[in-house]
Amino acid sequence: MSPALHVDQVVDAKGQMCPMPVLTLAKAMKTLAPGQVLAISATDQGAKKDIPAWAEKAGNVLLRTVEEGNVLTFYLRKAA
Amino acid sequence: MAERMSLVLFSGTVDKLMAASILATGAAAMGMEVDVFLTTWGIEAFRKDAYKTNRRVSSDYADYAPVMLEAMAAKKAPSWMENLLGARDIGAVHIAACSMTMELFNLKLDDLESIVDEVTGVATFIERARESKITLFI
Repeated sequence: MSPALHVDQVVDAKGQMCPMPVLTLAKAMKTLAPGQVLAISATDQGAKKDIPAWAEKAGNVLLRTVEEGNVLTFYLRKAA
Repeated sequence: MAERMSLVLFSGTVDKLMAASILATGAAAMGMEVDVFLTTWGIEAFRKDAYKTNRRVSSDYADYAPVMLEAMAAKKAPSWMENLLGARDIGAVHIAACSMTMELFNLKLDDLESIVDEVTGVATFIERARESKITLFI
C-alpha cells in the first residue's frame, strides 16, 4: 500500500472525450495554489498518455496514477 | 514568449472542423498560443449561427455522415464550436478571417461569429506562422 496522499481538489472527467479531460485539468489546475494536489479521474483512452504529457509540459508533478477497471485517476502536484 | 501553433482552416465540413478544434484545444491546454486563419469554406462555417445547422461532412466520406453525426450526439461529444470556446477559455486563441474571401462573399466581420477576432490578409498570417512551432492546413 502506498501512503495516503493529501488531496486538495477532486475533479471528475469520466465520460469526457479527448480533448476535454486535459481542458478540464488545465482549468482546474488554475484554481490551485502552488504545491497543492489535484486528483482527476478519466475514462478517455488517450488520457493515460495525455495527462502525464500535460503535467510534464506545465511543470507540474504527476505523483501517482491509479487504474481501476477503465477509470484512470491521476494525482498531480501543482508546480511551485 | 509562449510557443505558437498556426492553423489554416480552409474546410467547412464538420469532420474537419472537429479535427481543427480538437488540435486547437490540445495546443491551448499544452500552453501554446493558437492562431487560426479562416479562408474559403472555413469562413462559411463561421457565419453567424451557421454552426448550429451545419451537418456537412467531407464528400469522400459522405456515406459515413449520418453514422458519424449520430455517434457524436450519442456520445455527447462537444461540438467543434464548444471546443474552440473551451480553448479560448484556457489560453490565447486568435482567429482571423481572410480578407480576400470576405470580399468575394461580400462579408463583414459582423456577419461572422463573435469568436472571430478580425479580418486580415495572408501576409499577417504568414508573418505569425513564420515563428510558429506547428503549422497545419486543414
